[in-house]
Parts: sequence; structure tokens; C-alpha cells
Amino acid sequence: MRSFVGWTLLPQRAVHQLSSPKYFYAVSRIISPWFALGFLVCATYGLISGLLFAPPDYQQGHGFRIIYVHVPAAFLSLIIYVVMASASAVGLIFRVKLAYMLAKSCAPLGASFTLIALVTGSIWGKPMWGTWWVWDARLTSELILLFLYLGYMSLGLSCEDSKKADSLSAWLAIIGVINIPIIHFSVNWWYTLHQGTTLSLTKPAIAPSMLWPLLAMIGAFFCYFMWVLLIRTRTEILTRERQCQWVKGLGIRD
Amino acid sequence: MQFTNFEQFFAMGGYGAYVWSSFGITALLLIWNSGIAKYREFRMRREVKQWQLQEKDDSR
Repeated sequence: MRSFVGWTLLPQRAVHQLSSPKYFYAVSRIISPWFALGFLVCATYGLISGLLFAPPDYQQGHGFRIIYVHVPAAFLSLIIYVVMASASAVGLIFRVKLAYMLAKSCAPLGASFTLIALVTGSIWGKPMWGTWWVWDARLTSELILLFLYLGYMSLGLSCEDSKKADSLSAWLAIIGVINIPIIHFSVNWWYTLHQGTTLSLTKPAIAPSMLWPLLAMIGAFFCYFMWVLLIRTRTEILTRERQCQWVKGLGIRD
Repeated sequence: MQFTNFEQFFAMGGYGAYVWSSFGITALLLIWNSGIAKYREFRMRREVKQWQLQEKDDSR
């Protein structure tokens, strides 16, 4: 009985240890190269199969290949926002410093992916719709997402007091979550130029030979996100905890 | 393989400029992002090492 209770406490202990910047720093040094490797493997497969082997679209010809950067970037822009808002909520509720550092490190990555989604979408729109930009629901809500990321980043920079900056920007991230379902469902809720969902669990709108490269590119972008997120978070940890004993005791190779 | 030669591959059935600019911008932003993150981490770790050396000198 006693050992059973001990086992059920194991995940709780793991979470507790990982939420300490010192352990997180050590663990992330070990796992982040694996994400870099995952990125390279997935991107190599995704690019070769997506650019060379996937058949051309029956309407858009070879122009549809923009999907292999546009959709993964748009997908990640939403995922990263959810990660950032969740980490912010954990920071506010449980007062975990590390959660704030993770959230802060998410923002520039999310902003970059949002920018990629907007720019490649615009480039894709020109030959297919005949215009670089329309103020429709999907495009406008994605642009608002970019402003949310930029607002989050500047709020963190503008506050002198770092604790105040943490909680203020956390609130902004949490309130902005409203925008996520709006972006996701915008193509169903409003009449829009933007095409409907490509990826679906129930009725995929895409042939397997086109789908696999897309999934690989999503995997690649996700690994890239995790890799850079861990690097940024480690830098943030060192910056904030430089006065701590464990940082002073760090070995050259740690 | 959907293309028989390099020219066809670069032309992308007339969509070459759109396809390659999309992939190029994406690659640039990703490289810039990871580069700056790596550089900041490198600079911070170098600073930490310098502080450690200073402390050693001070304690002597």
C-alpha cells in the first residue's frame, strides 16, 4: 500500500523537480540536441518528398507546394500561443518562476511563425485568389495573433519591475486565448476566401502522398520550436538566476 | 519524381517565384531565429564563466 502511494506520487515529484530552474537547465541540456536532430530528419524528408515527389494539385499545379511551409507555420503559431498562455496560467496560479520564463521564450518564436504564415499565405494568395491580402476572418484574426505576440513582448520589455512584467504579460497572454478558437473556426463561421481545413481526423481532404510530407514538415517545425524554446529558456534562466549558488557552481561543460 | 530536369524544378510549373520566395523567407526567418538564440546563449554562458573566474580571484 505504501509503495503504491509512493508510485502515484512519482509524476508529481517529477513535475516538482522539473519546475526547479536548476534541474530544468540540466535536463534541457541533454534533450535539446535531440530536437535539433528531429528537426533535421523531418525537414529533410518533408522537403524532398514535398518538393520533388508529391503530385501537383489538380487545380493549383505546383503552386500548392507552398502548403508545406504555410500550414505548419500557421499550425505552430496557434500551438505556441496555447503553450505560452498555459505556461502563463501556471505561473500565475502556482507562482512557478520557470513557467514565466518558458512563456517569455515562446513569444518571439510564436511571432516568427505567425509572420511566416501571414507572408507565405499572402504570396500564395496572389496567384490563386488574385490578391495579396483581403480583410477576411481568417487573415484578420491571424494578424491580430501577430499583434498579441508583439504586445506580449513589448509589455515584458516596458516594465522595469520584472515580477510585475511577468504577471502583466501573463494576463495579456491568457486574455488573448479567445483569439485561438476564432482563428481555427473562422473558415467555418464566416464566408471567406481562405480554403477550409486541410487536416482532419475524420475526413482528410488530401491524398496520402501529399499528406505525409505535410505531417513531416509539421513535425520538423515542432522540433525546431522545442529546440529554440529550450535554448531561449536556458538563457533566460542564467540571466535571472546568475546570483544563485548553483549557477556559480556550474561546470564548464554543463 | 515529378520533374525531369532542374529547369522544370525551378520553374514549378510557372509558380517558381511564389514557391521559392515562400520557402526562402521561411528558411531565413528560422535560421535568424535559431542563430540569435544560440548566440545569446553563448554570450550568457561566457559571462557566467567570467563571473566564476572573478569570484575565484576575489576569494584568493
